[in-house]
Amino acid sequence: MSLLIDPEVAARVDRLELPFNTYGVDPYGASKQHLARLFTAFRFLYRHYFTVGVEGVEHVPARGRAMLVGNHSGGIAIDGAMVITSCFFELEPPRLAQGMAEKFMAQTPFMGLLATRSGQLTGLVETAEHLLHDERLLMIFPEGARGTAKLYPERNTLVHFGSGFMRLAMKTRTPIIPFGFVGGGEAIPTIANSYALGKLFGAPYVPITPWGVALPAPVRLELTYSAPMTFDGSGTEEDEVIEGYVEQVKQRIAGLIEGGRERRRKALAWSRGAEDEARIEGEPGSTKEEQR
Amino acid sequence: MRVLIPGIGGVLGQHVARRLLEQGHEVIGIDRRPWHDAPAGIELHNVDIRKRAAEDVFRKKRPQAVIHMATVTHLVEKTAERYKINLGGTRAVFEHCRDWGVEHAIFVGRHTYYGAAADSPLYHKEEDPPMAVTTFPELSDLVAADLYACTALWRLPNLCTTVLRMAYTLGPTGHGTLATFLRGRHVPMVLGFDPLFHFMHEEDVAAAICLALEKRLQGVYNVAGPQPVPLSVVVRGTGRSAIPLPEIAFRAALGRFGLPRLPPGALAHIKYPVVVDSEAFRTATGFVHQVDEVRAMQEYRDAFPVRR
Repeated sequence: MSLLIDPEVAARVDRLELPFNTYGVDPYGASKQHLARLFTAFRFLYRHYFTVGVEGVEHVPARGRAMLVGNHSGGIAIDGAMVITSCFFELEPPRLAQGMAEKFMAQTPFMGLLATRSGQLTGLVETAEHLLHDERLLMIFPEGARGTAKLYPERNTLVHFGSGFMRLAMKTRTPIIPFGFVGGGEAIPTIANSYALGKLFGAPYVPITPWGVALPAPVRLELTYSAPMTFDGSGTEEDEVIEGYVEQVKQRIAGLIEGGRERRRKALAWSRGAEDEARIEGEPGSTKEEQR
Repeated sequence: MRVLIPGIGGVLGQHVARRLLEQGHEVIGIDRRPWHDAPAGIELHNVDIRKRAAEDVFRKKRPQAVIHMATVTHLVEKTAERYKINLGGTRAVFEHCRDWGVEHAIFVGRHTYYGAAADSPLYHKEEDPPMAVTTFPELSDLVAADLYACTALWRLPNLCTTVLRMAYTLGPTGHGTLATFLRGRHVPMVLGFDPLFHFMHEEDVAAAICLALEKRLQGVYNVAGPQPVPLSVVVRGTGRSAIPLPEIAFRAALGRFGLPRLPPGALAHIKYPVVVDSEAFRTATGFVHQVDEVRAMQEYRDAFPVRR
């Protein structure tokens, strides 16, 4: 078991500012041991399997309630996983971003358990509000399951944003830190969503890729955080007002996605160029490090 | 103050009675069960709360406060009798409170009121609906009793009413639903599930009830002690060993092989958490639990060691 935990990661977990009890479990069921195991695995994905470019992580506050709000990218939750990983490894002290999972997760044996032990709880307004009340860092994808259903050609578009997050942010006076995620659509290029298979597994749907299963390809991902946005009010305003605010956040995220695509294009062009040079010099391969 | 405790014969009733006596209150008890080593100074009436004789106690003694603890769970009473005790008894208590000038009534309920389900929130607030009626039908009479007690808040404006929803009890007397579930050497768990369990030491439970009396609290309050811990930790902490069974095998094995017998609805309560937010109670009364989760489990383990 300890083989699966990197001591360096475990030391970082110790530095998380969460009220863990004697057994290393926090009041929401997240466990230190499990987090150490999870982040050991995610670090490999974050640093070696994918290449994740992160910009603006300094906008995530070190302490206090905050809401990370961004777009879904890719058919399974690699976007969420990489956002959580970036907050854990790039912030000082590390922070645990807590996502709001689909309800079907909690019903599936092991899946719900693994999610809870890593601080990812079933998506409920009551739970979200309680987390913010406890000054936690919340991660929200206002597109919901509609967002993960995006097909390959739609990968960098945004679908309808729910407005619940905005009302909650205003009610609890929580700053929103928008983020844009690019590359998930390339990692898992969804050609179709099978709702029949989904029914079989108890999930809303299962994404199908050219290679069949939704196993992500090792591609470059770009994650961009922007400066916090705050909206004054009580959260009980008319729909038109709230929709206007949601639209502002959506526009900000659309801009971040564009920025991320640009960085991704440049990085890939540069690495392709480097690859070509390497080939000319007769030393093919191993350009992975240069890409980063 | 003259305090009447229906259900004084139960473990919690006895704890509360002793504590009130120590604080200098006059304590009167009603229970069908005997309490043999009751301290001198506690006046016991061996009557059924639903019968005429119980009303006589109210009439003659004129208590100023009543702490209603005469409710039973499916673990104690398996028949339809349970409904009569929980519903008929609660009704009788509140009617007598109205008729005989009681100033303060405390209903001691349970946090399982909220029920456990995949889509129920962690940290239930008092206004959350009682999902237990669908997730665990064997609890529906307790839910109804709780809601009935809540109606006293508007039906009986002259009576100060407190409804407490207490987390599971765990301590050396081995009283309570969780303690009963943990009694055996092996504790069954549903494979792939390990919910948070919210429990508090029995002394803290009694202290919280006495505090509600002292502060003359009005309204509905969740009461909890230390932060919840996963069931697997509870099992280990109390010196038991967990047996994770796939859900199908779990259903089949209950009541056999020395595993506890549970109604089918209990399964949801072993798969999903029931965790409550007790901030309102703490703010209103200044309650601070004295025993943490480690010691509560330790005391239970010492009182009920597992033979190896």
